[in-house]
Amino acid sequence: MKLTPKTATLLVLAALVAITPFFFPSGYYYRVGALIFVNGLAVTGIVILTGYAGQVSLGHAGFAGIGGYACALAPVHLGLHPALAVVLGAVMSAALAWLVGRPILRLKGYYLGVASLGMGILISMVLNNERWLTRGPDGIDVPDLGLRGVLKDWGLNLSNGEFWYFFSGIVMILGAWAALNLHQSPTGRALRALHGSEIAARTVGVDVSRLKLQAFVISAVYASVSGSLLALQNKFITPDVAGFMHSIEMVTMAVLGGAGSVLGAIFGAGILTLLPQVLTVFAEYEQMVLGLVMMLVMIFLREGLLPSILRKLRGTGE
Amino acid sequence: MSLLDIKGLGITFGGLRAVNEVSFSVNPGEIVSVIGPNGAGKTTLFNMISGVYLPGAGQVVLNGEDVTGMRPDLLARRGMSRTFQNLQIFQSMTVLENAISGYHLQERGPVLADLLGLPSSRRRSKAAEEGARALLARVGLERAAEREAGNLSYGALKRLEIARALALNPKVLLLDEPAAGCNAVETEEIDHLIAEVAKSGVAILLVEHDMKMVMRISSHIVVLDHGEKIAEGDPATVSRDPAVIAAYLGTEAENADG
Repeated sequence: MKLTPKTATLLVLAALVAITPFFFPSGYYYRVGALIFVNGLAVTGIVILTGYAGQVSLGHAGFAGIGGYACALAPVHLGLHPALAVVLGAVMSAALAWLVGRPILRLKGYYLGVASLGMGILISMVLNNERWLTRGPDGIDVPDLGLRGVLKDWGLNLSNGEFWYFFSGIVMILGAWAALNLHQSPTGRALRALHGSEIAARTVGVDVSRLKLQAFVISAVYASVSGSLLALQNKFITPDVAGFMHSIEMVTMAVLGGAGSVLGAIFGAGILTLLPQVLTVFAEYEQMVLGLVMMLVMIFLREGLLPSILRKLRGTGE
Repeated sequence: MSLLDIKGLGITFGGLRAVNEVSFSVNPGEIVSVIGPNGAGKTTLFNMISGVYLPGAGQVVLNGEDVTGMRPDLLARRGMSRTFQNLQIFQSMTVLENAISGYHLQERGPVLADLLGLPSSRRRSKAAEEGARALLARVGLERAAEREAGNLSYGALKRLEIARALALNPKVLLLDEPAAGCNAVETEEIDHLIAEVAKSGVAILLVEHDMKMVMRISSHIVVLDHGEKIAEGDPATVSRDPAVIAAYLGTEAENADG
């Protein structure tokens, strides 16, 4: 049987999620793993926006902020179950992305980058300043999702770390599955076409601004759900989740690993989540080493880490 | 009324009249060629007709409807399709995917179905793929289907672009120098392909530098010089026209008898 790239990617991801815990020296690593998967989910959204459609957003952390704070606020103020709060956050993020993206995506060039940057900063400011609602920079408690308790009643007893590791892993794989479906679908082809040549895409009938908007909205939903998962597993959230640095992190993870491929971008999320843990040996030089790694990858492996490595492997194999 | 009517089309770039008062029409099954020395305004004219530039004056009438300055994707829905002088291929997609993308208007559907990989989405893709494979066979690229488009030869990419344009099943096809940069064999292949497409009832508007090709396949020729139409008629009439000879002798003497 011939393995399609989609099946191969999903198998690799499932194997990674299932097998790596056997090598964990301590429970702490479940937490790191869960963090990688949460970032991997957000970055898969960036693959759709940047890798497929070729548009760059510098404000996607704003949507993660909406998703995160929806889980903190909606259960308290609206009496919603946290799971429904995730959905509410995603709907709000999609609506905002649609409203913001509609006028911007008609324009060509760097407008989306700059406008999304402004949008991200605005959301982060609201979260910092509206203390009556968000309690400001100190952060706010997030209620328990409750799913772990349900699983326990069914006889599946997981520690908190284990639960969030596997739950985030499964959500990330679902996200990857949808992104891979999109890649081979008519919509995905149109997105990649407008990335390749906007004028040629128009000539074959692609409504370019409409499709860019769809990609923007979809990727906003990914970021939002990722923010919700982060808030729920920490049971706490601060406005940093919506901060500019987090937006940059998302784009960097995708580009470093290979924005054109789901597996590559998730690989990038893994590296950039792990590196700071490893680089603590460099103490105060940590950020510098991180910056150096990024520069070297972009200079020598422009397609991103994973696609470049795979190409090299294939090159020697033949 | 013709299928495509160009009425007094004109455009000015920073005070320079790039195209001025150009009128002609194209009927189904006809091959109308626009020729003229370099800088005569041929590609500009094409870009106005295909909605890339907004004309400063005049009208483009497609099938009785005024489509002046209409967006290219809306023109595509009305049956107009084109190729580009400087190739506009989706380089990082495979040859097959490039051809399938020509079926966008037929294969597109709800984005949610595409995300979830629903059977309806796969069915749409499959139908487009079958059409695309048949088209690739028609332009002789079926064996390159799975290759990355960026790796193809120039002549092959030219044919791929024509295949993608044909996928729209157009009523009007605009070809901007389809044989430019191709060798004699490739030119002849493209030549046959265009004649065959015209025979199936498509109205073809052609910009081409290869005079032999133009004279051989055109049913009607429009000659531009400095943005103005200086002559029009069948190949024999145009090649004898003193104004045409002067325009070519004045600028490209070495090609005058080509």
